[in-house]
Order: sequence, then structure tokens, then C-alpha cells
Amino acid sequence: MRVLVQPQPFDPATLLDGFGSGAGAVVTFTGLVRGDGGIVALDIEHYPGMTERALQAHATAAMQRFGLTDVLVVHRHGRIAVGEAIMMVATAAPHRRGAFEAADFLMDWLKSRAPFWKRDIGPEGPRDWVAATDADEAALSRWDDPPG
Amino acid sequence: MTLDVLYFAWLRERVGVPRERIDTDAATVRDLAADLAGRDDWHAAALSDLTAVRVAIDQQLADLDAPLTGAREVAFFPPMTGG
Repeated sequence: MRVLVQPQPFDPATLLDGFGSGAGAVVTFTGLVRGDGGIVALDIEHYPGMTERALQAHATAAMQRFGLTDVLVVHRHGRIAVGEAIMMVATAAPHRRGAFEAADFLMDWLKSRAPFWKRDIGPEGPRDWVAATDADEAALSRWDDPPG
Repeated sequence: MTLDVLYFAWLRERVGVPRERIDTDAATVRDLAADLAGRDDWHAAALSDLTAVRVAIDQQLADLDAPLTGAREVAFFPPMTGG
């Protein structure tokens, strides 16, 4: 299991080299900054200390709940330009369903419960903080039912 | 009780500092927010309305009515927008 919280860009290919060795299925998801509304970048604030602890705890929960053999979570903070990767999750499992579901579960949690806050940056400078959405909250509640 | 109080995103901007060490007799997070909101206009602008405010006690997500017994660090922030 590996959790990285960092301002620097990351290279998915390098991070995935050797990931999931021996598993039957590897799923990866990479989130990129969209240029909606003419923005040029996002600024991402986080809660140093809590972020790392919360990501570790949730990655561990995903390992157990979905029977993963490995998990990787990378999330950047600071200024991230349109087109760059913000974050990535990778899951490795014996079969595809566990790997897909665990990646989905991790993403829904990262959207609404990991201590990150996005702010839009336009050509003129900082704009508003990005508001949380009901859709993201609803997506997270899908996982409330006990497994099985 | 002495507490480190942290603020993030627009709460940080309204209060004007990212963290501060304060003394309080508050029993719960909600009491602490009321105590702080009564101290000056900046804290009031951040903490008078808690409908869009989330909290963590010692880096664990918590409810507004959670007790502060034994707490060292309390953080106030908007709903998270990661991913």
C-alpha cells in the first residue's frame, strides 16, 4: 500500500511500474484539471497531517473491504494547471470486480471526505472556492450499506 | 483548556489566520464556535452560521455536538472538494 500527498506532478507510468505484481486485475483512475469556465488552474489546499492519516486509513479500509492485494493513492496540492493530473488511484485484486469497485469507492470518498479544498484560478487570478455537490455526497452514500 | 484551532479555505480567509492557540471553557465543538464567533467580527463572519461548516477533532472528522474532552486540536473547514 502506498499513499502520496505532494505538490509535485507525478508520472503514472513510473508509479505503476511493478504495481499489482501477481494480481489478476489492476484498475487505475487518473483525475485531470478541466478548463471549465475559462479557468487556467486549480489551487488545492489541504490539512497536513490529517490528509495523510485519512488517506492511509481509507486505503486500508478499501484493502479489507474489497480484498485488494495492493492499493496506491496519489493526491496533489498547491497550484495545478489545466490538463495536469490532480490525483490517481490504482487498485490490484485477484479479479476485476473487486479492483473496479475499490477504485470507485476510493474516488467517492476522496471527493467528499478527504480534507482537500479546491479553488478555481482564472487568467485574472483566484476566483471562488469550488462548492461541494449533492451528487458527490449521494455517490458516497452508495457505500453505506454493509458489504454482502 | 488550551486548544489549537485551525481554519481552512474560506473560513481561513474570513478569520484571517490559518491557526491560533486559544483558551476556552467550551464543552463541545458547537460551544467553541459560539465562543470564537463572539470574540470579533472576523470570527463571527466565519463561524456564526455553521450549516456549511465541517469539523475535525485531533484530525478525525467529528460532529458539531462532539465533546472537546481531551482535545488538543480542532479544525473548522467547508465541505471537502477533493478528487
